[in-house]
Amino acid sequence: MPNDNWTPDQPLVSIKDVRKSFGSLEVLKGVSLDVMKGEVICIIGPSGSGKSTLIRCINALNDIQAGSITVEGQEVHTEKLDKLELRKKVGMVFQQYNLFPHKTALENVMMAPIKVLRKSKAEAEQTARALIKKVRLDGKEGAYPGELSGGQQQRVAIARSLAMNPDVMLFDEVTAALDPETVKEVLVTIKDLAQEGMTCILVTHEMGFAREIADHIYFTDRGVIVEHGPPATFFDNAQDPRTKEFLSQIL
Amino acid sequence: MIRTPAKTNLPVMLPYDPTGRVAADPIMFSRWLASMPIWVLPMMAACLVLWPAIAHAASNYSYGQATSALFKWMPFIVLDGFLLNVVISLFTMIFGTFFGVLLGLGQISPAGWIRIPAKIFTQVFRNSPWLVLLFVVLLALPFEITIGGVIISIPDWTKAVFGLSLPVMANISEVVRGAINSVPSGQWEAAESLAYSRRQTLWLIILPQCFKRMIPPWMNWYAILTMATPLCSLLGVEEIITLSRQAIEAEDNHPELLVPFFGFALLIFFAYCYPIARWTVRLERRFQVKL
Ligand SMILES: Nc1ncnc2c1ncn2[C@@H]1O[C@H](COP(=O)(O)OP(=O)(O)OP(=O)(O)O)[C@@H](O)[C@H]1O
Ligand SMILES: [Mg+2]
Repeated sequence: MPNDNWTPDQPLVSIKDVRKSFGSLEVLKGVSLDVMKGEVICIIGPSGSGKSTLIRCINALNDIQAGSITVEGQEVHTEKLDKLELRKKVGMVFQQYNLFPHKTALENVMMAPIKVLRKSKAEAEQTARALIKKVRLDGKEGAYPGELSGGQQQRVAIARSLAMNPDVMLFDEVTAALDPETVKEVLVTIKDLAQEGMTCILVTHEMGFAREIADHIYFTDRGVIVEHGPPATFFDNAQDPRTKEFLSQIL
Repeated sequence: MIRTPAKTNLPVMLPYDPTGRVAADPIMFSRWLASMPIWVLPMMAACLVLWPAIAHAASNYSYGQATSALFKWMPFIVLDGFLLNVVISLFTMIFGTFFGVLLGLGQISPAGWIRIPAKIFTQVFRNSPWLVLLFVVLLALPFEITIGGVIISIPDWTKAVFGLSLPVMANISEVVRGAINSVPSGQWEAAESLAYSRRQTLWLIILPQCFKRMIPPWMNWYAILTMATPLCSLLGVEEIITLSRQAIEAEDNHPELLVPFFGFALLIFFAYCYPIARWTVRLERRFQVKL
């Protein structure tokens, strides 16, 4: 159900006081953040601070215990949610690529538009080929995931997600499993996307990259957002001692 | 034991089982059977031929008589008897697979009212003695049914098929569940986040990936099932063991006939199941490498 009251000058993704527990372990302890259309935000923070959990709540892979998340004005965590409609709007790329190993790169990209969006095969294939070209993998259409390098697989995964024509993309440490040499090719792909105006929420450990492309940086620790701001302020003028310590370790 | 040859000398980590046990080998039986060298077959045949010569050289019922009795009855035992075992095993496998797949899919259903009964069914039939199930079915089913005045008698062997289908079904159910669970959860999540419905995820993404992985354990169960078909002789089904017994009786019940006749039955089962087991192990090895 599209929410008719939403207009592009309101946050595309709005997270308010979200709390999430796994059993007795409270992983998110009241997190709020807004993302405007076309904005690129980066979430950074130590391991286990709840970054993945947070972005998985946005496309309802995780449920939440309290607070609210809206995507284009539509509340995500209600009984009435049409998960499939939500997920058509929200693309997600994983650390482990998660390509479908029994399908070729092209099939990976064109399958969901055909099966989920009910596009014609010809149309889906045309879009898929264009996207594969866009992630600079032309020539690899017929390759199976097992025949591609990690960086190539990750770019196919990005193309696969884009094929659904989402309004916002979630990236969860998409370069963390890659060799240093191949990290760059994936980052370039994401940068292209960001520059085209795609709304992006990234969890990353690549500080240089975050600084370069993000409009806003959020630093999480132990389930709360400790500090946030535009990259220049955030990196050069961090206030909170926890942020300073984290930055001193990672930079 | 034939083991999958290690590609390195490094220690291999066994599949992890959260209960702390080392994960059971799904094709253990086939691995054991296939581990026998091919000359076991001629050796068994040789034993069979030589046995009467050694054990009963002095008795009045000669070696020659026993062997010729066996040869005389052989076509009857094989074509009437063993063929029925094969027929029973094939029908059982068809029914067991069909219902086993349904039950296995039921076991992973998100709906509790499907999942819980499916799990109970699976566990009950998987852990009941096969013979008990056979007897229950034999006694529970009528020996004839009347449809619109026409009396149709149900032959015993079809009841045996039904009885054997139950444990096979339960074990296939576990094979299906195990194969589906062996697909990494990332595959489910990736499909979910692409807005595939649960059913689409299962049929388009998950099952095609684990189909190959189900084949070796499925064949393993076929071999086990075939070996279990002589149980039907206890229900009076005229399969290989029943017919061998009848043949021995027709030959005046000489005790010297027991070893050649039942040894021959053993030989036939071995000859039938051994290639299946070899093939199973080979397939398992091949599918393991490529994922
Ligand atoms: N499905 C789950 N069940 C139970 N606990 C979980 C689950 N997923 C995550 N957790 C716990 O929640 C906490 C936060 O996990 P999360 O994956 O969100 O951290 P993260 O910030 O993404 O860390 P990393 O940088 O290592 O990816 C961790 O303590 C983790 O053990
Ligand atoms: Mg994470």
